[in-house]
Amino acid sequence: MSETVDAARALESIDIADQPLFRAALRATLVKSGDHQSAFDTAYDVFFANRRDEGDLETMNAAPESSSRDAGAAESPQRSGAELADQLFDALREHNLRAMRQSATEAVARYAGIEPGRPVGGAYYLYRTIRQLDLEEMERRLSALGLGESSDALEERLASDEAHQRIEDFKAMVESEIRERLVRDRGAEAMAESVRETLPEDIDVMHANREEMAQLERALRPLSRKLAVRLARKRRRRRRGPIDLRHTMRSSLSTGGVPIDVRFKPPRPAKPEIVVIADVSGSVASFARFTLHLVHAISSQFSQVRSFVFVDGLDEVTHLFAQSDDPAEAVERITAEADVIAVDGHSDYGRAFSTFATHYASQLTRRTTVLILGDARNNYHPAQANVLEDIRSRVKALYWLNPEPRSYWNSGDSILSLYSPHCDDVLECRTLRQLESFVGGLT
Amino acid sequence: MSALDPREELTQRLGLAEVPPVRFASPDQLRTALAAHDYLSSDAISSVTFLADRLAKPVLVEGPAGTGKTALAKAVADSLGARLIRLQCYEGLDESKALYEWNYRKQLLRIQAGRPEGSAEVWSELEEDIFAEEFLLARPLLEAITATDPVVLLIDEVDRVELETEALLLEILSEYQVSIPELGTLRARQIPMVFLTSNNTRELSEALKRRCLYLHVGYPDVERERDIIISRVPGIATALAEQIAQVVRTLRLMDLKKSPSVSETLDWARTLVILGREELGEDLVVETLHILLKYQSDIDKATREIFGRAS
Repeated sequence: MSETVDAARALESIDIADQPLFRAALRATLVKSGDHQSAFDTAYDVFFANRRDEGDLETMNAAPESSSRDAGAAESPQRSGAELADQLFDALREHNLRAMRQSATEAVARYAGIEPGRPVGGAYYLYRTIRQLDLEEMERRLSALGLGESSDALEERLASDEAHQRIEDFKAMVESEIRERLVRDRGAEAMAESVRETLPEDIDVMHANREEMAQLERALRPLSRKLAVRLARKRRRRRRGPIDLRHTMRSSLSTGGVPIDVRFKPPRPAKPEIVVIADVSGSVASFARFTLHLVHAISSQFSQVRSFVFVDGLDEVTHLFAQSDDPAEAVERITAEADVIAVDGHSDYGRAFSTFATHYASQLTRRTTVLILGDARNNYHPAQANVLEDIRSRVKALYWLNPEPRSYWNSGDSILSLYSPHCDDVLECRTLRQLESFVGGLT
Repeated sequence: MSALDPREELTQRLGLAEVPPVRFASPDQLRTALAAHDYLSSDAISSVTFLADRLAKPVLVEGPAGTGKTALAKAVADSLGARLIRLQCYEGLDESKALYEWNYRKQLLRIQAGRPEGSAEVWSELEEDIFAEEFLLARPLLEAITATDPVVLLIDEVDRVELETEALLLEILSEYQVSIPELGTLRARQIPMVFLTSNNTRELSEALKRRCLYLHVGYPDVERERDIIISRVPGIATALAEQIAQVVRTLRLMDLKKSPSVSETLDWARTLVILGREELGEDLVVETLHILLKYQSDIDKATREIFGRAS
């Protein structure tokens, strides 16, 4: 609320006809985080972007086509399409932003097929336009420009990244053009509802589509780093240790021998031990990967972290994390190297627990906290809940993290209720935010 | 009640004689002034800095390390001919290092020296005496407030300070004044320009963000990075600068533990100039990659992905 007031006050003091300054003022007062910038840009375009004085959607759709109809006779539809493609390719090659924007406008008018009143999202129109233009092929041609027989791997890579960047810039222009037309058709408020994006921390891991999954992967590293920093500081700040007499005496010298400043030894609270046992089958696999990444990113908060993965066979993967300082790399290797299929490749929690108990239970101590990650879908194998009871009796605490929504628990072949009596807590853990707050609370 | 211009309002509150003139006429003029001191700004940087001056608000500059946040404050100070007062934040920063501290030793000496033979000094006189401004050690924040010459205050890496310690800054940032129990409230004698920088290692408090204009400085795009290289590395060929910027862009697209920052790009560019190279080749890049990437796992990953071989 106060940010809105700040924004209004800022606008009072500047010339609001100066469009770039107007936008900068709004952004500087309303956006307080780097992650929110793109959301601001989208919302700004929906509400404030320059509208060309071209009336409504129908007029806009009609205009370019009518001009091309004038230009040629029978062949005009096809030739104009090819001409547009050539024009675009030239614009991309020269990196001429104005020509690219012009091509974007024409392409949307010709290919998107936006009809007034149709309740379809912008993503569909974007897809249509891109496909008709065959942007993939164009990107390939662009990246091949300037390369020859003697080009080495570096030159090829640079060329392909540069081509990709230009194509992405063009796609953004197309998207912006489509959005403008939709706003013209439906009005700004309606559009604002539909372009609302979820922050990566709130995406449901189990139901993420490919793009959301990419966002999650990108968000994971900075998130785990921030968590590590926050926990490290919290640890240092906790209760002060005992008085440090030597230090106190030294600093009292500057105040004439009077100990005005009392110094303490730093606190040294005990660090917990963590054991993670994760189901890596099917849809639960990505959730397991994120959790393992997060736990190992903050492994300095724990005196020891051991990780195990299973489907119907159980395998320890602690050594993969020990060998690399990058949790993401270790997580990738799990898929390749862990030996988790023993029988038929369907999750068997009972078998996994009993394998764990046989080989590792003797190494569990009263300082250990055990985390089990999974949806408890046992494929109708025997539950062996007594094994879990035994494990619980040896450790400090046992938690179960379930990425499914609570309403799905115990439906179908999920036997969570057989295991939950032996757990200190069973938590629904569907988003990175929930995961982060749980893992942070472990320390 | 009509709304007052923020500068006028602040002038009234601080009790200044007259409203200080606006430092920059427009974002473009600001950009030119900074460029004269070798700082190339983007549109966002120049408009937000202009707004900060116009609205008399501090700027919170947030972004990855090595992207020119501190350099911005320095360049602004240089272009204004102002003194740069810098408070480097760290965990454990407290009032005595940031705001002020009483000079205990001097006070003790004064108390001991002020006892003429035989008579006991009147306490009330002594008290007034030892709590005077001459016994006050002004730390950066107070120094900035009480300065009469033009100053730019830089509060560097404010994300290193703990959440509770941010409270120290709040009074200064919104009211440009410091309250000292024994002395009273000291108000600023001018409207200083204030920059705060953060490397985004933690979320800053809402109270702090509210008092500032927000500026996010990310990694520059290829064109701007090339221009920065040309401006900061004398004698470099344009084609090489462009290639360097492209390589760095490629590295930033990869999922690395630590992406190369602008300062690392400049280090690399300078190294290449010293080595006398005019263009990049596969071997050269592999040999010098450690200047850009500071983790061995990142170097291995980059070498594998771009060149398809082990480093």
